[in-house]
Amino acid sequence: MLRSRILENKLSSLYKAGKIVGGVYLGKGQEAVSASLGTALNPETDVFSALIRDQAGRIAFGEPLLDCTRSYLGSVEGPMRGRDGNIHRGRPKEGMPAMISHLGSQVSLVTGMLFAKRLKDPTSRAVGATCVGDGATSTGSFHEGLNVAAVEKLPLVVVVANNQFAYSTPNYRQFACGDLVERARGYGVGGFSVDGTDLIACATVMREAVRRARSGDGPQMVVAQVLRLSGHGEHDDGSYVPEDLRSGHYGRDCIEVAIRQLTDRGIVTVDEIMAWQEQNAEEVQRAVAQAQQEQAPDPYQEDWSALSTRFPLCQSGNQPIAQ
Amino acid sequence: MSVTYIDAIREAQAKLLGEDERVFLYGQDIASFGGAFKATKGLAEAFPGRVFDSPISEDAMVGLAIGAAIEGMRPIVEMQFADFSSIAFNQIVNQAATHYYRTGVPIPITVRLPSGGTPGSGPFHSQSMEGIYAQYPGLIVLTPATVSDAYHMLIDGVALDDPVLYCEHKFLYRWLKAKSINGEHLPIGQARITRPGKHATVVAYSAMVHEAVRAADRLLEESGWEIEVVDLRSVKPLDMDTVLASVARTGRLLALGEAFPWGGVTAEVVSRVTEEGFHLLDAPPQRLNARDTPVPYHPKLWAAHRPTPESICDALRRLLSF
Repeated sequence: MLRSRILENKLSSLYKAGKIVGGVYLGKGQEAVSASLGTALNPETDVFSALIRDQAGRIAFGEPLLDCTRSYLGSVEGPMRGRDGNIHRGRPKEGMPAMISHLGSQVSLVTGMLFAKRLKDPTSRAVGATCVGDGATSTGSFHEGLNVAAVEKLPLVVVVANNQFAYSTPNYRQFACGDLVERARGYGVGGFSVDGTDLIACATVMREAVRRARSGDGPQMVVAQVLRLSGHGEHDDGSYVPEDLRSGHYGRDCIEVAIRQLTDRGIVTVDEIMAWQEQNAEEVQRAVAQAQQEQAPDPYQEDWSALSTRFPLCQSGNQPIAQ
Repeated sequence: MSVTYIDAIREAQAKLLGEDERVFLYGQDIASFGGAFKATKGLAEAFPGRVFDSPISEDAMVGLAIGAAIEGMRPIVEMQFADFSSIAFNQIVNQAATHYYRTGVPIPITVRLPSGGTPGSGPFHSQSMEGIYAQYPGLIVLTPATVSDAYHMLIDGVALDDPVLYCEHKFLYRWLKAKSINGEHLPIGQARITRPGKHATVVAYSAMVHEAVRAADRLLEESGWEIEVVDLRSVKPLDMDTVLASVARTGRLLALGEAFPWGGVTAEVVSRVTEEGFHLLDAPPQRLNARDTPVPYHPKLWAAHRPTPESICDALRRLLSF
């Protein structure tokens, strides 16, 4: 969580200094939800399809910091090689699919990964997880994907981070049911509600949801109540969020809550947290500096082919665009 | 003993299931029911645990196939009708088609699209989607016109590492018969001269190849014109070498398709021939497509909506009169 916050603060500064082209989407305020999910999964066997506010979960799942800084800063060394950027990065063969912007689309994709794992090995215990926001629950893709996963009784965990606004649209313009978790029953999947600002509650619920999925209980849906502590992206000041929400319960910073929880219980000391902060700031700085030194992609070195297949008899199918 | 076009599709899937454990079939009503057109009849019984009924969820069907492909499988998705693939459009063009370019991981899925019109099918069970998919980078679009191509191109398509849209024409399913499925086996990306000629070239694909041949027979009988018919076989990749070589021989081009007239495959063919082979042309290149309305229900309207041997002959007479 700490590393994610420090990294995201840095990304925000780089964006404001004009060093990052395109959008910057942060997970401030949602770190407890995301990190708890990432921690509950096993990176060796499981799948984690992160969405736009999952920097903390990505780190917890084992994504290197460099994947983030290289993608944002357009280094050709990054996993997307400048062909895609920011939060659209991934390593699909290592259990980290690369999201597309069309919300809800990753639900069926993760379902398919789990379907294949089960076909290849009926004793597979791998779990697949993906996050969505409150807005994505309104898409057909979300509905179709979760329904298929339920029909196939696959070990899927869908975490809905209800941060009260889909970009600027409030919950009451997004859905009419009292609480999104009510939908779990309709799909025939397990349902959990959790206060997304409470790290210990999140960690407990995510672990239980993942445990149930792994033990054969079928898909699990976790609805976490949060408030994002930034705009939709760094281009957005979030001025549509009313003051009473900002100063209310969900407006509290989950990292401050977590620090209190951990120090009150004597699990860590304030000095240790300060040391973590310092260490993480150094690691973030190194990851940024390295990505900044690396080459940008070169249009003349690109093969400009969207297909892996080459058709020797027919060049026209994947002909380079004339310069 | 004869083999129909749909027999070839079923046989190809049986061979794939038998020889490649990565292959599985996923679609609506395709397991014990055998599919709306019986393209998977008997396969669920012959290959237990490899043929799955899906919910009516085209988006999730393709999303699931993409995820399975990432995990090393080679899924074949059956759309009940090509028209319904519009619901899966996002997964096809945004998820599958961009994946290799973005991540370096190819997505070897095959989506079977029962395409084209049949009498009485109406606006939502008749569409030809090949031009729409061909427009997107990252997709391969196959349009077999013969029994043998239906067989070989499905097998070859599944072997490709990239996403394949396999457009199978419903009108050909039972109407088109051959002595065997082991006809000429050309690689994907190579067009075929279905009927040699010297006065004009018709570039067609899928069911329109047969309409073009009929029109060519008629014109030969009527007035001695010898029309060359080129079967594209795949609209992407597009074999321009064969098309340009044919136009070089005949000097005249008619691009023929069953899809709607705005843009699409015929426009691409005419555009490329004009750009790359303007000097070969003795007459302005022509296009003939379906009309610019939804596909009508009534057989009389339907027959006048799509190109027919009569309208193809008319177009060729115009082309030959220049």
